[in-house]
Amino acid sequence: MAKARPMLDELKKGPWPSFVKEIEKSAAKNEQAAALLDLLEDSFEEKRVHWKHGGIVGVRGYGGGVIGRYTDSPEKYPAVTEFHTVRVNQPSGWFYNSEDIRTICDIWEKHGSGLTNMHGATGDIVLLGTTTDHLQDCFNDFSWAGWDLGGSGSNFRTPSCCVGPGRCEYACFDTLDFLYNITQAYQMELHRPMWPYKSKIKVSGCPNDCISAQARADISVLGTWRDAIQIDQAEVANYADAGFDIENLVCGYSPTKCISFDADKKEITVDNDNCVKCMHCINEMPKALHVGKEKGATILMGGKATIVQSAFLSWVVVPFMPMDKENDYEEFKELVEKTWEWWDENAKVRERLGELIYRKGMREFLQAVELDPIPQMVKHPRENPYYFWYPEDFEKENGGAN
Amino acid sequence: MISQFAPTDIGPPHYWDKMPEISKKNYGQWQYHEYLQSGVMKHVGPEGALYTVRVGSPRLLSIETLRWFADVADKYCDGKLRFTSRHNVEFLTEKEENIAPMIAELEAEGWPVGGTGKSLKNLIHTQGWVHCHSAATDASGTVKAVMDDLFEYFKRDDLPAKLKISMACCLNMCGAVHCSDIAWVGIHRKIPRVIDEEVQNGCEIPNIIASCPKAAIRPNPKAKSVTIDESKCMYCGNCFSVCPALPIADPDNDGIAIFVGGKVSNARTAPTFSKLAVPFIPNEPPRWDTLVQTIRHLVEIWVEGARKGERYGEWIERIGWEKFFEIAGLEFTDKHIDDFTFSVKTYHVGNGFKFTK
Repeated sequence: MAKARPMLDELKKGPWPSFVKEIEKSAAKNEQAAALLDLLEDSFEEKRVHWKHGGIVGVRGYGGGVIGRYTDSPEKYPAVTEFHTVRVNQPSGWFYNSEDIRTICDIWEKHGSGLTNMHGATGDIVLLGTTTDHLQDCFNDFSWAGWDLGGSGSNFRTPSCCVGPGRCEYACFDTLDFLYNITQAYQMELHRPMWPYKSKIKVSGCPNDCISAQARADISVLGTWRDAIQIDQAEVANYADAGFDIENLVCGYSPTKCISFDADKKEITVDNDNCVKCMHCINEMPKALHVGKEKGATILMGGKATIVQSAFLSWVVVPFMPMDKENDYEEFKELVEKTWEWWDENAKVRERLGELIYRKGMREFLQAVELDPIPQMVKHPRENPYYFWYPEDFEKENGGAN
Repeated sequence: MISQFAPTDIGPPHYWDKMPEISKKNYGQWQYHEYLQSGVMKHVGPEGALYTVRVGSPRLLSIETLRWFADVADKYCDGKLRFTSRHNVEFLTEKEENIAPMIAELEAEGWPVGGTGKSLKNLIHTQGWVHCHSAATDASGTVKAVMDDLFEYFKRDDLPAKLKISMACCLNMCGAVHCSDIAWVGIHRKIPRVIDEEVQNGCEIPNIIASCPKAAIRPNPKAKSVTIDESKCMYCGNCFSVCPALPIADPDNDGIAIFVGGKVSNARTAPTFSKLAVPFIPNEPPRWDTLVQTIRHLVEIWVEGARKGERYGEWIERIGWEKFFEIAGLEFTDKHIDDFTFSVKTYHVGNGFKFTK
């Protein structure tokens, strides 16, 4: 007889779609999903989790892509004694045909609980709940259908990108192609954990950063441009005629006051030398203002959440890099490979790139990846006189003779 | 039986033929976009327009629902759909006439359309009690309770600015909740218990010691285990992540903290972290009433007080944090003053502040 679930029943009410109803849909056909409901009801009653640490499970040839998950009370919930997560690498921009969705569902119906996350925070298609003996066959079926696993553990985590040129006029480079390219280029790093900890690359096509690359990726790629904002003055006039308050809502919020509006002529002027590419005016007037023509990306590094040393937002290391499709994004790959090599050599266990840069100093990092220091890397220069001098500084002073 | 070995390292399928035809034709040449109504966008390029209908989802979806989404995509969108990084489902079509019947069908089945422009975006969140071993609170349950309550803001797009609310069920923060307008995060408040015999058998002591950001863990050679200095530990749970023999979960004392004022976008102001507003709210399943009321209150004071165009943190920066605590009616405590690694730059210098009641 089915157990009463008064707590979960409460969460079937209300206008927002209910995750309990979703689990129930799967539970009608799958005993693991049904056991999950019982376990969850108890968690709600007891205010605690009923899962324990994952053990190592996986598929042949890979070290990542599956996260072992076991209940802490197998005698109570035997069906979820093993309830592993499978991460499947999403397509660029999360675009699907309906047939893709059905393929994924059919394979997951055959091999798992029928529960998914579309998508996990990392970007993967997350398939929640299966047993160890299904893993290889599940992988095989996905592989034959053209899908591969994503990353987990101390490896290159599945990268993700914004919708980019597939739908957005702000895209400063081809985020979708770039993502596909680097995902394919780094398959070894993605599937086989061999690093001190995880490493993430996230890719946004403009400074709006719709996928939060700066906040969570060790290596954040953010589209930008370095020439003039493009202005369609006829459209500016249309916004003005429609009663849109350009002076206050657009110019008033410009962080450098580099944009001005002439109300008589109904024209906008931008002092492009002083523009910091903040996107505000373009966001507010997408018909009239457009990103420039000389487009590329800013590369920032070190972003991560709180654990362990602190949260960091990624720091500028390359202000502008042309994202050159014809050249196979060679400049980016060279920088990433040098960065990974330095981090892999120097980091302690579970030390993210940002923490290593903080521990070792930005100077050492820049030397390792062969980048020159430039003002765009800092908010302001150092406020203390505690800096090092090195033999090579004196060599330079003495014209190379020392 | 293992049916041979399938190819490895094939990577994800290519995206090109998964995009709508109009996306291929306008690829990289889009001109502008408009919000037609809450949840409906029109993107225009030289070859025509693409309409997007955005649907909020709880992220946790059954294959039954996904198959139904596939059917909806077939019926109205030539089979084309995508997802967003905030767990929305987006139905993509060139046919403007399909929008109204598609929305009617989606909403009749309980799938809300909204979350575009100056609205409450869908919440990003973690696994919680559904599937994680380290959760200090539930994810899907708290999100459901809050979204039921804030539903109107998902449907409206006339807020001062976009509003991104996020949740993480422990300090690992899977997802970027540390840079959200409003975020709640599961926290512990008691130090981990040390199960000596299991530490001996299952854990690497140097790794445990290295995992502590406060150097609060010392070796305990006699027990071949470790000890934790209660005066230093601030309950991050990182040692538990590397060693299951240091359980930190505590049903009576775990709960939620609320942070506000962060953002990731570079629009107007630089990206910034969220800051602590409410140090602790107890876990109150199934509906987390205190959390729900507090979040609503925090949303309402911003909707009321912010100027058009100001995101949560921009509003607070303009009025000052001291004023924010006054308006919010929140108690300011020792917990709000940072004493971790990079704390001193957060202390007020000069006497240019506002007096509050």
